[in-house]
Amino acid sequence: MHLHDVWFVLIAVLWTGYFFLEGFDFGIGVLTKLLARDRAERRVLINTIGPVWDGNEVWLLSAGGATFAAFPEWYATLFSGFYLPLLLILVCLIVRGVAFEYRAKRSEENWQRNWEHAIFWTSLLPAVLWGVAFGNIVRGVKIDAHKEYVGSVLDLLNPYAILGGLVTLSLFTFHGAVFASLKTVGDIRERARRMATVLGLVTAVLAVGFLSWTQAGKGDGGSLIALIVAVVALVAALGANRIAREGWAFAFSGVTIVAVVAMLFLTLFPNVMPSSLNESWNLTVTNASSSPYTLKIMTWCAGIATPIVLLYQGWTYWVFRKRIGTQHIAEAH
Amino acid sequence: MELALAPETLARWQFGITTVYHFLFIPLTISLAALVAGLETAWVRTAKQKYLKATKFWGKLFLINIAMGVVTGIVQEFQFGMNWSDYSRFVGDIFGAPLAFEALIAFFFESTFIGLWIFGWDKLPKKIHCFCMWMVSIGTILSAYFILAANSWMQHPVGYKYNAANGRAELTDFWKVLTQDTTLVVVFHTLTAAFLTGAAFMVGISAYHLMRKKHIKVMRTSLRLGLVTLVIAGALTAISGDQLGKVMFKQQPMKMAAAEALWDKEQPAPFSVFAYGDVQKGHNKVAIEIPGLLSFLAHNDFTSPVPGINDVNKSEQQKFGPGDYRPNIPVAYWGFRWMIGFGMTSFVIGLAGLWLTRKKFWLSPGLRTGDEEPPRLALTKNKALGARFTQWYWWLALVTLGFPLIANSWGWIFTETGRQPWAVYGVLRTSDAVSPGVSQGEVLTSLIVFTTLYAILAVVEVKLLVKYVKSGPQELTDSDLNPPTKIGGDSTDADRPMAFSY
Repeated sequence: MHLHDVWFVLIAVLWTGYFFLEGFDFGIGVLTKLLARDRAERRVLINTIGPVWDGNEVWLLSAGGATFAAFPEWYATLFSGFYLPLLLILVCLIVRGVAFEYRAKRSEENWQRNWEHAIFWTSLLPAVLWGVAFGNIVRGVKIDAHKEYVGSVLDLLNPYAILGGLVTLSLFTFHGAVFASLKTVGDIRERARRMATVLGLVTAVLAVGFLSWTQAGKGDGGSLIALIVAVVALVAALGANRIAREGWAFAFSGVTIVAVVAMLFLTLFPNVMPSSLNESWNLTVTNASSSPYTLKIMTWCAGIATPIVLLYQGWTYWVFRKRIGTQHIAEAH
Repeated sequence: MELALAPETLARWQFGITTVYHFLFIPLTISLAALVAGLETAWVRTAKQKYLKATKFWGKLFLINIAMGVVTGIVQEFQFGMNWSDYSRFVGDIFGAPLAFEALIAFFFESTFIGLWIFGWDKLPKKIHCFCMWMVSIGTILSAYFILAANSWMQHPVGYKYNAANGRAELTDFWKVLTQDTTLVVVFHTLTAAFLTGAAFMVGISAYHLMRKKHIKVMRTSLRLGLVTLVIAGALTAISGDQLGKVMFKQQPMKMAAAEALWDKEQPAPFSVFAYGDVQKGHNKVAIEIPGLLSFLAHNDFTSPVPGINDVNKSEQQKFGPGDYRPNIPVAYWGFRWMIGFGMTSFVIGLAGLWLTRKKFWLSPGLRTGDEEPPRLALTKNKALGARFTQWYWWLALVTLGFPLIANSWGWIFTETGRQPWAVYGVLRTSDAVSPGVSQGEVLTSLIVFTTLYAILAVVEVKLLVKYVKSGPQELTDSDLNPPTKIGGDSTDADRPMAFSY
């Protein structure tokens, strides 16, 4: 196995970590309008991710930085090509981070309400856009002989990619609802579970459509296995949620995300960004990667750092393991 | 019109605006993390309430600030790919690695432990809680180190070879990138300047409260900590700046000649105090100079020659082919002066403050003050400043609290524009670094969006800071004073409200 293959896997791992973790963050953000009935409940939801959302988001920065280091051509083509959607994502992530930190810093009604709107929209939009982006990466976009994206922003809004966006949105919101049922107590916990059932069913319909489309177009044996795992895990998550085994439900909704990302990357390999214009213009793990020396250094770094990160991030979740409800939220600030 | 709106120009403006803006928050984050960690350590060790109050007060301001630093940093991670795709393709093999290290090592540290610190008051024993802030502090410093190693490589590329087969630069010695003199000196200079920034901030705000005779106990302690940090950091900033200057005279003579508006080689070379010149013709019309000082800054003696802009331009033309290798000279010249001027003004104010507020040294007992009263500003052993001059000093400290921010910004503007026309000095021109596939409309859109968004957030942020500065340190509650003894909290009351919630 070449180092660039190892790095293809590692990049997939970083994106998987990102979608697993920020997936439920985005879901919680969306649920502040879908599930919460009043400000106290919105605050309960926001506080379930309060101590962890920032650490979760760093998985994205790591995925970005690692792509830059391991596959500079991929990094360059992807982010210059998907310019405007990425701009929108960045704006959302900026506003979202500030919204979490600043919302409670003033007590005025308007101030708080505006930041709450912001949390909803800036969670919903990236949840959709990441799906659209990955749909397009897998589908192939107009890349010329110089590895430049030559399509327009409208080319990115094709039915397949949009379906991908709806899948990530519904999957993340489902994942978020399951997380909410695991982390809250009281009335909202029961409603989170009921809502998770609905969201899970919607996700199932959309995901089966999107994943079969992917499998029919570009799939192979490996991607088929991932597809089956995704579907089975989703069904298991729904089942566990149904019988109120929230921990299991969360584990399975997480496995669903892992399997979906795995399927997309399996479909992609050995390409990292196929060209829809000419196959020989595809960006591949070979022609987009860094030199073996850089990859070796990066492997050492990631090999040592990632397990340590998982340890102390895991510890954080353990420290904040207690469920919270409206009674735990202090009145005034 | 066309040139002013060329994608390259727009991309440079965007990079300049977003980066300078990002760096308003970074030095405060770096220094306040360590200062807050120090205050919390004092609380853990002495159990004196003033330290806990100070920890919470400065911690709150730190959090308002770091939130902006974090979110504006996201843009930095992706901007190279968006606007500088040819740069990314050319240098990714080298430049990407420190960036990835920064994310994998430093960002995870910062973001995870800051979450623990914010929400952990009632979940973590105080020693572990304090440890978390030290972890944040280490994260900020590591982050600075890696990104400055990347930047130093752009200033002075080492440890790489050009691979003609795929037309890019490839890493051959990562250790060299991490430990070359440019990196080490720049890290030294940036970190000391960061502490100068946080210290001036702390001194200014403490002065504000002492002026109004409010929160005296906490603010006396903060003032002291701020002044000592300000003086040490200020002196080290000057020393590291001098070292950095000497490195730059060797590595980028053009930048330093431009910083001095030194057009032609002189021996000994003078330091320019004021200059007004004609860039086209390449000479100064007005110049006030200190003889020999520039030779000293460059070479540690008062006689060595220093090459001028015109000389370096000629030698670079011979080396790299025809073209204009001069950066924007007025920007370099004035940027350099503003950096030093604003930074050192804060240092002097700190020095004066440290003298005036001394506790015992060369001070008659009548002028000594207790913990509960504001310090008397003692000029000499027996003479203190009158009420009006005391007020002036507090005001001065307050209104100059942002001076290091101005100095930092001009420092970066100077060093980055001073490297032009190069993106990577001597290797890759800025004009060859932009994204060829990104349209003028796209760059213009993102430039407008980021600038507008950042301007709005600046207003929001400053207003919040002012609000929390004015309200001062809060009284401590029972739960503040009785932190948990075991991880996860030891409250038996399942419905007890969280110590902190969003």
